[in-house]
Amino acid sequence: MDLSEINFAVLVASLIVASTPLVLAALGELIVEKSGVLNLGVEGMMIIGAVTGFIVGVETGSAYIGMMAAAMAGALLSLLFAFIILIMQANQVASGLALTIFGLGIAALMGHPYTGIKSPQISTISVPFISEIPVLGTMFFQHDLIVYLSLISVLVIWYFLNRMRTGLILRSVGEDHDVAHSLGYRVVTIRFLAITFGGAMAGVGGGYLSLVRVPQWTEGMTAGAGWIALALVVFSGWRPFRLLIGAYIFGGITILQLNLQAIGVNINIALLSMAPYLATILALVVISMSRFRGNRGAPGCLGRSFVKIT
Amino acid sequence: MNNKIENTLFQCRAINKEFGNVRANNDISINVRSSQIHALLGENGAGKSTLVKIIYGLLQPDSGSMTFLNEEYSPKSPKDARALGVGMVFQHFSLFEPLTAFENILVGLDKELGEKELHASVIMLSESYGLEVNLSSFIGDLSAGERQRVEIIRALIQKPKLLIMDEPTSVLTPFECESLFKTLKKLASEGTSILYISHKLKEIADLCDTASVLRKGAIVGEYDPKKMTPRELGEIMVGQSLFEPKRPVAANKSNKVLSVKINEVKPDTQFGVTLKNIDLAVYQSEILGIGGVAGNGQEELMQVLTGEKKDRNVSIKYMDNDIEMLNPRERREIGLAFAPEERLGHAAVGNLNLLENSLITDPKKRFQMKMGFIDFSELNEYTNEIIEKFNVKTTGVSALASSLSGGNLQKFVVGREIGQNPSLFIVNQPTWGVDALSAANIRQAIVDIANTGAAIILISQDLDEILEISNKVAFLTNGNLSIPTNTMDIKTDEIGAIMGGISD
Repeated sequence: MDLSEINFAVLVASLIVASTPLVLAALGELIVEKSGVLNLGVEGMMIIGAVTGFIVGVETGSAYIGMMAAAMAGALLSLLFAFIILIMQANQVASGLALTIFGLGIAALMGHPYTGIKSPQISTISVPFISEIPVLGTMFFQHDLIVYLSLISVLVIWYFLNRMRTGLILRSVGEDHDVAHSLGYRVVTIRFLAITFGGAMAGVGGGYLSLVRVPQWTEGMTAGAGWIALALVVFSGWRPFRLLIGAYIFGGITILQLNLQAIGVNINIALLSMAPYLATILALVVISMSRFRGNRGAPGCLGRSFVKIT
Repeated sequence: MNNKIENTLFQCRAINKEFGNVRANNDISINVRSSQIHALLGENGAGKSTLVKIIYGLLQPDSGSMTFLNEEYSPKSPKDARALGVGMVFQHFSLFEPLTAFENILVGLDKELGEKELHASVIMLSESYGLEVNLSSFIGDLSAGERQRVEIIRALIQKPKLLIMDEPTSVLTPFECESLFKTLKKLASEGTSILYISHKLKEIADLCDTASVLRKGAIVGEYDPKKMTPRELGEIMVGQSLFEPKRPVAANKSNKVLSVKINEVKPDTQFGVTLKNIDLAVYQSEILGIGGVAGNGQEELMQVLTGEKKDRNVSIKYMDNDIEMLNPRERREIGLAFAPEERLGHAAVGNLNLLENSLITDPKKRFQMKMGFIDFSELNEYTNEIIEKFNVKTTGVSALASSLSGGNLQKFVVGREIGQNPSLFIVNQPTWGVDALSAANIRQAIVDIANTGAAIILISQDLDEILEISNKVAFLTNGNLSIPTNTMDIKTDEIGAIMGGISD
């Protein structure tokens, strides 16, 4: 075993790539939950995004078009969820679980002919000048467009939630939908939009997984990433920057343990594979229990159906 | 009525609204003139709230028309109403607890306003109307009075011509009420009309220029509250003559039911009150009234009496047994009954129906058959009896407790506790938010069980209520209880001094 075989700069660069699907999906779910809706269908929307993105990417030969198709597929599936819980007022937990199961099933069906095919390449964009800084340049500034977009989304979503009036309205709908309704805000419309956005983000996350991260299609390839994204939202206390950190810890340990496996560290592989999940849970539990009041983060109406008062 | 039409700010004509087969509003017409405080008076369920929700655009009328500033007015949503100059302050505040006061004001505005500009205008408003509020504090940390001020500021910042206030004083202390009235009078003098909804007759006489009385969804008439006694107004409101419960006949001094001695009990939270030097006793057939302004230890005393808080520094003797270490259930089993102030979540479980709420507070296992089965016919009968006797307005025994209005749930809770035939009944704010007729009913029911031998501890912020039915009164100030005195011996002018903590 030789730890010097691990190149730190490359490690960081690949952890960012590994974490990007999580960042995207979790950011989408953050917005959904801030509007007061709990969508447990993230895994299902991700895998639908993954398979659609892959198919469209292969057929058109463009990873970007594939990514857009992934977003649309995720959004489309989330619309089904929105219809069930907002219009039919079904239970959100059960509907979300059903969405995941449905997504996994239909993705396997759609993706069957595409197993084992290679996906089109996505080009990296090196930021001029700063990408040539040694180490830092390799780590942060030689990535593809989606990685940059995911980082920008963290900023934009933070700004939206904390500095913009529309963000405040979204939060108030999530905190108390009866009050928001009595002030004249359209609870159902706002939630519809939030759920669709969340679906699109999960879709892109899935598309990134099959088009860039892996990159090929295998059945059930999301392997619980949707659930990790959900956990990240809760443990981050519904805060975008903490969510990013959580996602990077998870991605980081995933990459690290793969590297350790590659250089033949003498630890049971099962334990190594378990490590990212354990570390994420541990780190985020610590964040959520220390001085920050967790309940300030959880939206007051999370998971509750909105029934118009008369 | 129509001779002052040129003065009219708001008018509605023949408003009708039905829910299912209930006529909530039946041909309602009112006329609000400019710069006036116009009362909308009626019992719980008379249709006041439905009417103001229609005016504020939250509900659409089935038929009828409205004019505002001499123009056709038919708001499709509260946004339309606010844009045209109608503001509203809700009874159950429409504020977001996890957001700050400032954010709450911001979210209630319909247009984007610069933060600095908004800050400045909020501060100007709060200074000129005496509406002090710390803008950066979270609503969850504020008192009821402060929350209301946030709501008033939020409404005023849009410069409404008509401000609707839905039972604004139901959650305020007397002091807070007074400062609210000053604010409202100032607003009216500056040209804002106020539609003031209430069933408290005295404050309407103090505050309002006109009163429209609603009964069972229809207008009874328009009256001048300054020219009528509160009692006359009340009788118009309920449509029958009001009776005044008589206090129970003199207590039987030989049968002490409960004695409580507290040296000092520290509160559980940093905002709580320390109870000190409390020494009280209550006898059979006696009502001990405990008055005082909210937040002077009523909650804490109640917790000690019910057993929700147990403390070794307290001595509670119930019919010669020490019960201070018993929990609430054990206390209920030996004949105590309690009705705490907070109805939902404390006195009743919101997500259970009325039957289930009766069942879980049944210490004597009256509704239990052999092998643990529930005796539903008995339970049904008992619950229906409460609903009937206390005039609880509900769809039936299987209605969720949370679906009842506050006043109706209060009637149910008091009825349920009295139905246990307790030897000692401890009640905090029994008629809070309850309309005049039902309040009189509740007081009468309390007096009735006292007359059959029960001892009562009546904690209330309603001084009139305490003076009306208690045999003895004491006042809580800062966690201290004054020495109980005979109600007949006490002079009204002394009470203020005792409540202010000046007298010993």
